[in-house]
Amino acid sequence: MKIRSLILYSFISSIFLFSVISIWKILSTLQGIDLKNFNFAIILSLGIGISLINLVIEDKLNSYIKSIVFASFFTLIDGFIIQNMPIWYNIGVFGIIIFYSFKIDKYNQKNLELEHSSQSVLFEFLTLFGIVLFSFVILFPFYMMIVTSFKTQAALLINPLDFSINFAQDIKELFKSYFVIFDTYKFGRYILISTFVSVGTVIITLIFAIPAAYAVARLNFFGKNFLSTSILIIYMFPAIVLVIPLYTVFSQLGLRNNVGGLLIVYTATTLPVAIYMLQGYFKSIPKELEEAAIMDKLNWFGIIIKIILPLSIPAISSVALYVFMIAWNEFLFSLMFLDNPNSFTLSRAIQYLSGDAETPRQYLMAGSVVVTIPVLFIFVYFEKYLVSGLTAGSVKG
Amino acid sequence: MSDTLSKIEKRTAYILLLPAVFLVFSIILFPILANVWISFKEVGLKDIRIPEPRAKKIVKSIKDSSDEIKIIYKLRNSSLILDIRDVKFQDKTPKNVEPLNLDERCQFKSNIINCNFGNWKAKYKENFQIILKNKKGEKINKKEIKSLKPKLSGKSDNILLNTNFTLKNFKKVFFQNEFFDLLMTTFYYTFFGTLGSIVFGILAAQLVNQKFFGRTFMRSILLFPYVGPVVALAYTWELLLDPYSGTLNNILLNFQVIQEPLNLLGQKYLTINFFGFDLKLRLALTTVIIFEIWRYFPLAFLFILARLQAIPKELYEAADVDGAGPVQKFVSITLPQITAVISILFMIRFIWNFNKFEDIFLLTGGASGTRTLPINVYEQGFTISDIGMGSAVSIVIVALLLIFMFVYFRLLGKRADEN
Repeated sequence: MKIRSLILYSFISSIFLFSVISIWKILSTLQGIDLKNFNFAIILSLGIGISLINLVIEDKLNSYIKSIVFASFFTLIDGFIIQNMPIWYNIGVFGIIIFYSFKIDKYNQKNLELEHSSQSVLFEFLTLFGIVLFSFVILFPFYMMIVTSFKTQAALLINPLDFSINFAQDIKELFKSYFVIFDTYKFGRYILISTFVSVGTVIITLIFAIPAAYAVARLNFFGKNFLSTSILIIYMFPAIVLVIPLYTVFSQLGLRNNVGGLLIVYTATTLPVAIYMLQGYFKSIPKELEEAAIMDKLNWFGIIIKIILPLSIPAISSVALYVFMIAWNEFLFSLMFLDNPNSFTLSRAIQYLSGDAETPRQYLMAGSVVVTIPVLFIFVYFEKYLVSGLTAGSVKG
Repeated sequence: MSDTLSKIEKRTAYILLLPAVFLVFSIILFPILANVWISFKEVGLKDIRIPEPRAKKIVKSIKDSSDEIKIIYKLRNSSLILDIRDVKFQDKTPKNVEPLNLDERCQFKSNIINCNFGNWKAKYKENFQIILKNKKGEKINKKEIKSLKPKLSGKSDNILLNTNFTLKNFKKVFFQNEFFDLLMTTFYYTFFGTLGSIVFGILAAQLVNQKFFGRTFMRSILLFPYVGPVVALAYTWELLLDPYSGTLNNILLNFQVIQEPLNLLGQKYLTINFFGFDLKLRLALTTVIIFEIWRYFPLAFLFILARLQAIPKELYEAADVDGAGPVQKFVSITLPQITAVISILFMIRFIWNFNKFEDIFLLTGGASGTRTLPINVYEQGFTISDIGMGSAVSIVIVALLLIFMFVYFRLLGKRADEN
C-alpha cells in the first residue's frame, strides 16, 4: 500500500465528510437550532478513524452492516459532544455517514496500491465535493428566498437565523406576505402585464422573424452576406447604449409609461437572435420539399405556412421560450420606460417595492418568488427546448 | 425568363425582410447613431420635454347678473427654459352668447373665440379674462361652458434638433469623471467575472460529464441562476449579504468564523493582514464579481459540457491503455479539445460583462467602488440628469465595444481559416 495514497484517501474523504456535516449544521442552524461550532478537529479525526477502520475491516463485514455500525458510532459521539439535539438532526447525521461509508466502501488495501490511485481518490472525492458544494451554493439563495417569504419581520428580529416555517399556523398567517403583495401592492395586475408583455413579444417576434429568417436562409438577394453578419454584430450591442436616445425619443412621442412601447423595444432587441436561430434551422430543411411546393404554384406565404412551419416546430419552440424568458426577466427597459405603478411589469414592481426602505423584506422575497417561479417552472418543464435556445442565443445575457 | 425569376426572388426577399429590418433599424441602430448626435449637445433631462402652452379654465358667475359670466384662463408656458412662438388659442362658446370687451388679440366668430397670443417666454404666465353675455338675456349654463376645453398650439425649438454642438461632454468624460478609475473598475469587473465564470464552468462541466445518480437533475439546477430573473436574485443576495440582518453574516458570526459583521456590498476596501503585509481588497467589487460569476458560469458550463460530450470516447480508452491518470487525461485530452470553445466564450462573455448594467445597479447602485462605465451612463443621464454626458459615456462604450468586436471577429476568422 502506498503511503501517499493512504494519507490522501483518509484525509480527502474526511475533509469531504466535514464539509457535508458542516452544510448540514448550517441548514440545521437555520431551523432555529443553537449550534455554535463546526468541531473541525473532532469531525476530521472521526472521519480519518472511520476511513482507516474501513481499510482494516475490508470485506470481513457486509457493507450494509459496516455502514450502519459506522453511522451509529459517529452519531453517538456527535450526539454526545453536542447534546440536546432534536431527533431529525441526528437522523440527518446518520444518513450522511451511511452515504459516506458507501463511498469509501470500494477502497481497500489492494486498489490503493494501483498506479494513479491517489489521483483517482482525489478525483472521486473532489467530484462528490463539487456536486455537494455546487448544489448548495446554487440552491441556497433560492431556498432563502422561499423561506424568508414565509417569516415575519418580528420573528426574524428575535432570531435572525431561525427560518423554520411553522406549518401548524393558520394558512392565512402562513401566506400573509403573498396576500399582502396581491392585495396592497396589486401584484395580480403586474403578473397580467408581465404575461401580456412577454407573450406579446414572443408572438410579434415570431411574426417578424420567421419570414426574415426564411429570406436569409433560402432566397438570394443583394446584401445577403452583409445582412447575416450584421445580425450578429447588432446582437452584441447592449441595452445600456440604447437607453438614452430611446428614453428621449419615447418621452417626446409619449410612448413612456406605455406597455406598447415596451413591446416594440423587446421585439426589436430579441429579433436578431430569433432570426439567427431560425435561419440556421431553416437551412437544414431539405430544399426538395419546397421545390415540389413551387411546382404546385404555392407562393412564399404558402411555403412558409404549409411546409416550413410544420417542420420547424422544435426550433420555433426554442426561440419562443428563449424570447419569453428574456422578456419576462428584462429589467433595464422597464426601469427606464415605466414610472407609473399602473403599468409596471413584475421586475419593475419588485424594484419599486425595494425602493421604499420601510418595505418588510418578506414582501420583497414573496414578490421575488412570484416572479421566479413561472420562469423556473417553464425552464424545468421545457428544458430540452430552452437549453438549445440558450446555447444558440447565449452570446447574449 | 430566369432573369425575371431571380428578380421576383429578390423582391420577395426584400418584402420578407423589410418589417424586421425596419424595426431593428429604428430601435437599435438609430439610437446608436442618435447617441453620437446627443453626445455633442448640452442637454439635460428637463430639456427633452417639449414646451407646451397650457390653459386652465375657471368659470365664475357674476353677482346680480345671471346672463353674464366670467371665464378666467390661467395661461402658462409649461417649460421653464424654452420659449414658445406663435401661440394660438381657440375656445368654443355656447350659442346666443357674445363676449364683452374682448381682448384686442382675439376675435369672435360663429361661437368660436380665436386668439393670437404671439410669443411666450419661458415661465410665461398670464390670467386671461373673458366676460360672456347672453344676447337674449337668459341665464348662461355654467356647466356647458365648463365642459368646453380650450385648444392651444405653438411652435418651439426642440433642443435636440438644433445645430448647436459642443465638445464639453467629452472633455468632462475624460477629464472630470475619474475616467481612469471607471475604466479600471470596469476592466476588473469584466476580466475577473469572465475568468471566474469560465473556471467554474469548466469545473461544473467536468462534474456533470461523469456518471452519477441525479445527473440530469444536477444539470437543471446548475442553470437556475442564469434562468432566474435578475431582480429577484439580486435582492435575495442583497438580503443574504446584509451586514446586520443578513443570513451570511449571522451564520459566520454564529460559527465564530468572523468577529465583526462584514458589509460585503457597502464597504469599498477590506484590509487583510497577510504575513505582516496589509493587503487592500476591493470588497464590494469582489462581492459583485462573485455574484456575476454565480449568475453566468452556467452559460460557460453549458457550452463546455456540449463540447465535452462531443469528445470521442476512444481517446480516453486509448489513454487508459497507455496507463494515463485522470490528471494526465484532463491535461492532454480534455483541455486541448475545449480551448477553442473557451477562447470564444471568453471573448463573448468579455464583451457582455463589459456592458453589464442590471447586476451592479441592483446590488450596489454603483456605490462603494463598483461604478463601471454602464453604471456611469445611467448616473450621468438620470441621476445627475445630464443626457448629453450620458450619451458621451455611451459613445465611449460603443467605441471600446467596436474594438473588442473587431478583435473577436479577426480571431474567429483566423480560426475558421485554420480549420
